[in-house]
Amino acid sequence: MYYKVFGALIIGTILTVAAAKVDMGPLNNVVMLLIACTKATLVILFFMHVRWSSRLTWVVAMSGFFWLLLLFTVIGDYISRGWVPGTLR
Amino acid sequence: MPDHAEHFPGRIHQPPLVANLDAIQPRDHVEHPHHPKLQHHFDDMAQQVDASTLGMWVFLVTEIMFFGGLFAAYLVYRHANPEGFAEASHHLNVTWGAINTIVLIVSSLTMALAVRSAQVSAPAKTQVAWIVATMVLGATFLGIKAIEYTDKFRHNLVPGPNFQWTGKHPQPAEIFYSLYFCMTGLHAIHMIIGLGIMSVIGTMAWRRQFDSEYYTPVEVAGLYWHFVDIVWIFLFPLLYLIGGHFTE
Repeated sequence: MYYKVFGALIIGTILTVAAAKVDMGPLNNVVMLLIACTKATLVILFFMHVRWSSRLTWVVAMSGFFWLLLLFTVIGDYISRGWVPGTLR
Repeated sequence: MPDHAEHFPGRIHQPPLVANLDAIQPRDHVEHPHHPKLQHHFDDMAQQVDASTLGMWVFLVTEIMFFGGLFAAYLVYRHANPEGFAEASHHLNVTWGAINTIVLIVSSLTMALAVRSAQVSAPAKTQVAWIVATMVLGATFLGIKAIEYTDKFRHNLVPGPNFQWTGKHPQPAEIFYSLYFCMTGLHAIHMIIGLGIMSVIGTMAWRRQFDSEYYTPVEVAGLYWHFVDIVWIFLFPLLYLIGGHFTE
């Protein structure tokens, strides 16, 4: 099982490098982050054994990523200024 | 001899029901009724490993917040200078970055196998071998990082009075390299600490301290090692692969 996860991580790395060479405009960032998030999820669930951990460990581990979500949602305000006419830049 | 009932009124003093405990339990079992590594404030080994894992995850959550702040700074500055960041990223060596990503992923695999070998009570030699393999890969990563840093110093790409940029966006490029050194530097410090932790764990494994009933230190060290790997999984594309590698 560890070797399968390892294989997926290597394929993900190759895909990231390959995708960076294709011009997809802003989609490049989306693809690269999607692959990175998938790889991170695989590492957390299998290598870090969260899949088999207690519910409490699940909640604590997710709380960190939930905090990241809040952080980047707040920054989304900064990023999206000026998208709608009339909003402050 | 004072009567115990006077000093501990809540306790009912009774003679033991079975006078000779040795008759029902071996003496050794009475003295050590649990695993020697079980600390007295835990009920059993499972509770102990759960508590340690949870504690490590709480620490890792603080680490997520720590690195999260830097990623936020990166996002804000990149949003303000998209072309400058793309131009600056172009001067990073994708080959070295990709090799280092692979090196770290392999080290995560050897780390997972080190934990596994302790979990199944593999011989001390096997456990140590996986730990040493992880350390060698970690050191390889740091070696490649040193080559890259040397290259940046040679080409005056280190922010400060000697920073020189021939492209169109010198100021955003300097911001990019500030973030690059800050984020990869902090990551490298985590790797160095990781190597220190692994040498302690390796010594413990060598002394046959881990088996299927007690492997908490390897497990917790593994959590740290994988976390550092995850940080790099995000750093590599965000620093090395942005902006116009398709123009090559």
